[in-house]
Amino acid sequence: MSDTIAHAPLRWPVNGQSLPPKIEQDVKDYLARSPMPPEREREFRERVREIYERILYSPEEPVGVVTAQSLSEPATQMTMRTYHFAGTAGIQVTLGLPRMLEIFDARKDPRTPTMKVYIKKEYQTLDHVKRIAENIKDIRAKDVISSVLIDMTDVLVKCRLNLPKLQSLEVDPERLSKLLKIRNTAVTVEGDALMVRPKKKDITVLHKLKYTVLESHVKGIKDISQVVVSKEDGEWVINTLGSNLKKVFELEGVDYTRTRSNNIFEVYDVLGIEAGREAIVRETAFTMDEQGLVIDVRYILLLADTMCVEGGIKPIGRYGISGQKASPLVRASFEETKKHITAAAVKGERDPFVGTVENIMVNQVAPIGTGAYELVGRIPGKK
Amino acid sequence: MKDKADIYFNGKRIGEAAQPDLYVANVRKKRRMGLLSIQLNAVYYPEFREVRISTDAGRVRRPLIIVENGKSRLTEAVRAKVDAGQADWSFLVAHGIVEYLDAEEEENALVALREDQIGKDHTHVEIDPISLLGLSAGLIPYPEYNRGDRINYGAKMVGQSIGVPTGNYLLRTDTKFNALAYPQVPLVETKTSKVLSEFPEGQNIVIAVGCYDGYNMEDAVILNKSSIQRGLARSFYFRTYETLKKRYWGGQEDAIQIPEPGIKGFRGEDAYKDLDADGIINPMSFVTSDSVLVGKISPLRFLTTEEFASDIENKRETSVTIKHGERGLVDTIFISETTDADQLFKIRIRDARQPELGDKFASRHGQKGVVGLLVNQEDMPFTGRGVVPDIIFNPHAIPSRMTIGQLLEIIAAKTGALNGETVDASAFDHMKDEDIRKLLKRLGFRDDGKEVLYDGRTGKAFTVRIYVGISFYMKLDHMVTDKIHARSRGPVTLLTKQPTEGRAKRGGLRIGEMEQQCLIGHGAALTLKERFDSDKAFMPVCTKCGMIATHDVAKNRTFCSICKESSIQWVETSYAFKLTLDEIKSMGVYPNVQVEEL
Repeated sequence: MSDTIAHAPLRWPVNGQSLPPKIEQDVKDYLARSPMPPEREREFRERVREIYERILYSPEEPVGVVTAQSLSEPATQMTMRTYHFAGTAGIQVTLGLPRMLEIFDARKDPRTPTMKVYIKKEYQTLDHVKRIAENIKDIRAKDVISSVLIDMTDVLVKCRLNLPKLQSLEVDPERLSKLLKIRNTAVTVEGDALMVRPKKKDITVLHKLKYTVLESHVKGIKDISQVVVSKEDGEWVINTLGSNLKKVFELEGVDYTRTRSNNIFEVYDVLGIEAGREAIVRETAFTMDEQGLVIDVRYILLLADTMCVEGGIKPIGRYGISGQKASPLVRASFEETKKHITAAAVKGERDPFVGTVENIMVNQVAPIGTGAYELVGRIPGKK
Repeated sequence: MKDKADIYFNGKRIGEAAQPDLYVANVRKKRRMGLLSIQLNAVYYPEFREVRISTDAGRVRRPLIIVENGKSRLTEAVRAKVDAGQADWSFLVAHGIVEYLDAEEEENALVALREDQIGKDHTHVEIDPISLLGLSAGLIPYPEYNRGDRINYGAKMVGQSIGVPTGNYLLRTDTKFNALAYPQVPLVETKTSKVLSEFPEGQNIVIAVGCYDGYNMEDAVILNKSSIQRGLARSFYFRTYETLKKRYWGGQEDAIQIPEPGIKGFRGEDAYKDLDADGIINPMSFVTSDSVLVGKISPLRFLTTEEFASDIENKRETSVTIKHGERGLVDTIFISETTDADQLFKIRIRDARQPELGDKFASRHGQKGVVGLLVNQEDMPFTGRGVVPDIIFNPHAIPSRMTIGQLLEIIAAKTGALNGETVDASAFDHMKDEDIRKLLKRLGFRDDGKEVLYDGRTGKAFTVRIYVGISFYMKLDHMVTDKIHARSRGPVTLLTKQPTEGRAKRGGLRIGEMEQQCLIGHGAALTLKERFDSDKAFMPVCTKCGMIATHDVAKNRTFCSICKESSIQWVETSYAFKLTLDEIKSMGVYPNVQVEEL
């Protein structure tokens, strides 16, 4: 425990600056706006530094607990408020408490994945952007078919194509037979008729086949059900419902340096853990902000860091942070007590009692705050 | 869309109707003619095209007068019959003048509030506007001037009021009940409260709407101490304790007597000093927590062999004692016998309770508050006529809750008090507010109910005029004496050695998980440890095998029963952790405690 004393408080100056760059800049801006004599200026700077140092967390202050409290208090407010929004019309994006749970539980498939696709400067015309949007939207066979018929005698599914629609989508009817990839079938197109024949002549599969045909992918990026082109801050952007970053990045004209997704796991898969961490922060901050709740970003940063330290995205809870703590006693005290105790017994785990919770369990002084320090002295005459 | 409507009878589909409107009308007609049970209700839901007929139990139903072709079936002729005593309620029901509707059939009904409001579409008319409200809500004056939720709260609080519980409560032995010392009929009455005039639930008191040094902030009220000393809101709390003189197998029986020393569980001579020679306490004795009411000894259980039967050491003390935290005078003693011919003793304790700081009061408009200050009469504000209010009520309680009915009640009661008569304030059916004000003016007061008040401490007039009048106030069954609780040392639970929970068990207030997190958040590690010292324990640990060792107090020897050695360290932990170690051991897991020198 005595080596905790070695933690000297981390303070500026770093790189010769007396304050962090942002605050330094703010001070400069303020002084530029309202100049003051050098004597006053020095006093002013001194005062800023004092205030800055006062608001720094002290060494051994339990920031984790404060973070948890600072995040969960507004979350309880959210629970009480969420029900008021039930049944509101509009594009449904998961928000509020359900969204927070999604983020913190690190769910692989969020309920409403969305993307904001930015377009490169050279392509900033409505025509270009619309074409890109068309290439993003998932077109299924049902979107270009006007009627379907099951032909039992010839054992095939016969569809009537909506030719004008196909034309507007720039899909050649002839090419459609190649675009539709349906297993164990032969697809042919004659005029406005699309015929799908199963390779085995079996009428029992026809009914099922009808739906497979209707749902089969024709064009665009899979699972992106809606695209909305709009002008935001003077440039055209595409908002989508459904997310697939990898495919979108491959499209010509897409600005892949700024394009975003709200699917945290996808961001992590495509762009790496740092981007994943950033996505967690953004999404949490957005959800809180949307509900009109204000919390300091640093709490969210700490949380995101905790979730990402190991290079992957770990959920908070049983299968993540709480369930993977070092101390077997702490894990047992959280959830699944029996499992953790037996597992610890089988491995012969040793609990070094260095954490807070374990020490509270055995009613010892926890090494946190005032308990992190010990008096070290030498009694005269004794070795 | 279905072309025919489904018919459900008590939830079971029984058929279809091509013209469901007509079908339901027919069913109702037959019910009114007495061909179908009056407990049957039928409803048609056009949006689902479903007819539902119910005859099952558990539906809330209420009576309404039937209206046909814009005319009430309760005609002058029928009224005359009722007045002459030739027709009673069952006559009205049997002749299809009144019928009961359940919640579903009400969906198809259009009910007029009063007979003069009947239009061509109405199907029913209320017997009286007040029948819209139930028993408790019916007691609220001017309810239509209050917001709906306040009526709900008000009705709920009427149910908690201390008044006259029953007409014969002095002869009853209910486990516990409260009774008001000087109950009054409300000055502002409703039709319901007139019916219940023998069971009033509060008192008419002089109310001033104002502040007094902030002691009535946040819904608190200030009471006139002198009024209390004259008996305002004084109530009695009764509790009945009972015991049986049982007879057991083998001819043994309980004995009602003053227990002798040596009996198992003997409480000491002092505990029995109030008991009479027969072992029962004398009426009018003052008793407090753990006082003995009836001295009783019982034979030890499972020990019926004759050789021990008369041995005094094989009896145990089973006296009846007062519950912890309660007190009072012995009111009445009832001695009787059960159907099994065991003697039955019931002792009723009475505790007179004056209002005190923290007792809960409420008007009938959902305006509740606790007593914040008791003020002597000489320090209370007074009017020019010398009237001193009994209660000072904070004006901030009015605007957000919008209980205008309460303001009306205050001036209506004022006119009533001046005229010497009660005022009727039944729902939708009472004197208009302008008329109340006119009446007040005629009686020599300002018509807005405001008066100049003088501060009792300084004698100076307040710069604002203050709303003064009379209001009916209820003392609610939430008194501090029943709830006050504190603990320094006290009992602990057997299993964990942690303090017990709850007032009845002299329990502590738990530092829960969230409170613990707060202490951690402040970095107060030493405070945290001190808080959790309630089950502090020392356990001997064998330094060799890491198991909890044995400490033989008699021989003053500590040793490990596994290693047979005495290399023992005493370790301070919470008892709960020692228990956890024991439980882990019971799982077959070996917790090896390794002790280091600090």
